[in-house]
Amino acid sequence: MSDPILSLTGVRADIDQYHILHGVDLRVPKGELTVLLGRNGAGKSTTLRTIMGLTTVTGGQVRFRGEDITGQPTPRIARQGIAFVPENMGIFSLLTVRENMVLAAVSGPMDEQRLTWIFELFPPLKKFWNRPAGNLSGGQKQMLAIARAVIEPRELLLVDEPTKGLAPAIINDLAGAFEQLKEQQVSILLVEQNFNFSRRLGQSVAVMNDGGVVYAGQMAELADNEDLQHELLGLGLGAHQ
Amino acid sequence: MMQRLLSGDYPRSRALTALLLIIGVSLALGPFLFPGVRAFSMLGMICVFIIVVASYDLMLGYTHIVSFAHTMFFGIGAYGVAMATDAFGSGYGALLIGIGGALLLSVLLSLLLGLLSLRVKAIFFALVTLAVAFAFLSLVTQLYNLTGGEDGLAMRVPRELGPAFRPFDEPWVGFDLVGFFTGLFSDPAGAFQNALFDVRVSGKHLMYYVAFVSAVLVFLFLLRMVNSPFGRVLQAIRENEFRAQALGYRTVFYRTAVVIVSALLATLAGVLFALINRYVNPENTLNFELMVFILLMCVIGGMGTLYGAVVGTAVFLLAQNYLQDLLKLLAGGAEPGSLLEHLVGPDRWLLWFGLLFVLSVYFFPTGIVGQLRLWAARRRQRRAARRPVADQGEQHHAS
Amino acid sequence: MSAHDEILEPRPEGVLGRFRAFRENRPHLFLLVLMMLVAFFMMDPRTWVVLTISGLAMGAMVFLMASGMTLTFGLMNVLNLAHGAFISLGAFAGATVLVHWLDASAGQSSLLANLAAVVPALGFALAVAGLVGLLFERLVIKPVYGDHLKQILVTVGGSIILMELIHVIWGPNEIPVPRPDALTGAFLVPESWPVIGGVALEKYRLIAVILGLAVYGMMTWVIEHTRTGILIRAGVEDQEMVEVHGYRIRLLFLGVFVAGSALAGLGGAMWAMYREIITAHMGDELMISVIVVIILGGLGSIKGCFYGAVLVGLINLYVGYLEPRLAAVATVGLMVGVLMWRPQGLIPVIKV
Repeated sequence: MSDPILSLTGVRADIDQYHILHGVDLRVPKGELTVLLGRNGAGKSTTLRTIMGLTTVTGGQVRFRGEDITGQPTPRIARQGIAFVPENMGIFSLLTVRENMVLAAVSGPMDEQRLTWIFELFPPLKKFWNRPAGNLSGGQKQMLAIARAVIEPRELLLVDEPTKGLAPAIINDLAGAFEQLKEQQVSILLVEQNFNFSRRLGQSVAVMNDGGVVYAGQMAELADNEDLQHELLGLGLGAHQ
Repeated sequence: MMQRLLSGDYPRSRALTALLLIIGVSLALGPFLFPGVRAFSMLGMICVFIIVVASYDLMLGYTHIVSFAHTMFFGIGAYGVAMATDAFGSGYGALLIGIGGALLLSVLLSLLLGLLSLRVKAIFFALVTLAVAFAFLSLVTQLYNLTGGEDGLAMRVPRELGPAFRPFDEPWVGFDLVGFFTGLFSDPAGAFQNALFDVRVSGKHLMYYVAFVSAVLVFLFLLRMVNSPFGRVLQAIRENEFRAQALGYRTVFYRTAVVIVSALLATLAGVLFALINRYVNPENTLNFELMVFILLMCVIGGMGTLYGAVVGTAVFLLAQNYLQDLLKLLAGGAEPGSLLEHLVGPDRWLLWFGLLFVLSVYFFPTGIVGQLRLWAARRRQRRAARRPVADQGEQHHAS
Repeated sequence: MSAHDEILEPRPEGVLGRFRAFRENRPHLFLLVLMMLVAFFMMDPRTWVVLTISGLAMGAMVFLMASGMTLTFGLMNVLNLAHGAFISLGAFAGATVLVHWLDASAGQSSLLANLAAVVPALGFALAVAGLVGLLFERLVIKPVYGDHLKQILVTVGGSIILMELIHVIWGPNEIPVPRPDALTGAFLVPESWPVIGGVALEKYRLIAVILGLAVYGMMTWVIEHTRTGILIRAGVEDQEMVEVHGYRIRLLFLGVFVAGSALAGLGGAMWAMYREIITAHMGDELMISVIVVIILGGLGSIKGCFYGAVLVGLINLYVGYLEPRLAAVATVGLMVGVLMWRPQGLIPVIKV
């Protein structure tokens, strides 16, 4: 395996007086889609927020492209090429779709070619271009959130549960978008509860439990091993659905 | 006995206990320890403002409600009795009418303020009270045929509470504390004799003790209140309003109740002020600067402790009266007309107090009382940590 | 009211329905029209015109003072009670230029010479208030982000310090600020005009209205059409996501704070020439209008701030004419009334 684009070693983080992460070890290989699985409350979202510098790290190290980014302020981490789509999508609902995109294009005017590509991926964004983003449906908001993350070339995308609460047809559209991103060799770390969605997209996988990573490996291995799924996730989806 | 009186809420610091005792004794025997009109009027103001600041602390410290309308209620009390005696003569009946009317108006206004702005975020309350208090001030200033406008009203107090009333023919003996100690340096032999002075007891002294007893009673009442189940709910709301709501407490009800109680006590203090000062005008009861002073006293003494109200009031009023003298001394050394002279001139005491205030919010956010308690707690901890080591007979010089 | 809701709502029917829709969707315009109409029927038309123009002028100046405070609150949830001190500071800085430094130019009667004094005076007020704002944000406000109680305490303390420093530098007395000749006097509306023929409109008030409108227009343009404006609006809604996109929100906030302080200073300097006399405590008095304006408009809303300021200016002048003693009470009464009707203010942008 090549050098990972992102690696966490022994990362600890607290929220108020609660210890949420106690020593997370995680490697995100370059150019692959890594899925982070685990039960509710295992610390997946906190892991993403900690990478972004939104939660204070109390121990351990976060390295991005080999450089230590532990404890750096959020804007500086973002500028190095990491985009983050939080669970609530973080859409600015009083801004129009266009303004949301303008804001996301940090380094200047939007690139026409990329914009055309985004409109092809997510046609509703073109339709509602000058409407307040608050008026979009849940699925359209998720499209906008991902579009914002890719309007400029980014080295790493952190995406928190994009399929949550969405209709199957829209989940299918999103999966298509992620597949295109994979083809472009964008590294992605995806938190997901939907195992089918994860299995379809994921190349490598890590499973979290109780504030730490308890399993890391190839998605294909986990997908084929029903006993392991039971042990790690408490559910069996069948190896060959 | 002490347990019941203080509702189990002790000073919890030896230095603080000493400080409170000094303040308590100075106030209880004040007219007989400090000669002079200036000292006497300051003692009276300390008693009145202990009520004002303690009731303000109930809102600010225990509930985190910032109100800028406390002087409005203070003014309602003061103007209530002043206007009533102005209209109906100086009897006790007029006094009661004034007090009753003032309390009623205070309840109505505080209820209105509470319902108007406590539903939304607490910060609204600060802004709304600021505006309403200003409107009230402007109203009092403009309606001069009723209130005397800028000139204010002279208060006609009942005879027994005024300077003309002399219950005793013979003067009583006072002992000048400050004079005695300064005398010890200049004339050790005659210091004791020179410190004795005559006190001609009058209705003013009677009034002073009415204020003093009121202050003690209000203080003990508030101490009881914040240590009751009601007070615990207030603190729960302060710490986490959402959780208190989830537990089923109607937070708006509790907050409004606090605002009303606090307003009523401020009104009472206003009544005492009018009686003791015998002169009421917008500047000494309603001014925005006075409101800021109340805020300063509360924070410097220590928010959320009540003892802080006593300490803060005493320290602030002392500074207001005597810091100017100190600065005058300092300015005497500076070149006349220089910037330094302007900076330390006696009129600039507020500048230094403001600076002290900002710094104390940063570095001692719990005020004098909180800091004394913190030091006391640390000392107890250190002692507790040392004891087992000493028992083992080991020497403990490290660290 | 967002476009989404308009689609869902049934179209208003009949005169009454349309009136109700207007009242609910455009409360600021409804209140403005109502107030002007009521006043119109209570006085003769010529007085009404003069008072309306004067009210607009006062509104324009109060808007300058209030806009910074409302944005600071909206963007960073910071309540700066020392804002009034910046108003005073601007007034004194402007007065220094007019009375001491360029008094020769201000004392002449030609427009050009006067402008050569007035423009630097306003510029100096802007610069001094902005610079002090920069220091104030770094030294006083930065340590207490996110804590409303402490913000209120330290900004009240900071306000005392600034006011006292004004006393130290400019002395404790009132300072007269004579308005330059070219700005005094009035335009006469030609007699031939219907209804308002022969009405005298004070020049300075017209200038204040124009300047206020210009600043409002500029601010609206910046906020609606520039990247900085998008960032400010985004920051009002969700600071964290602005940072996630790689922008340093603290820097943005510092910029807004400085601009807001500078505008307060500009408003103060304009007020100084309007009243022609200044005291250190003028800021405290104006703060009441400022507070009423930002509560009326809805905390954090520039548009709300503008309409709030106009409403406050008008009610002050109308009531001041009908019963001078009740002007301040009416201003606060307006706020209380609006709060009962709309607890979030006329044009709310953030939840409080």
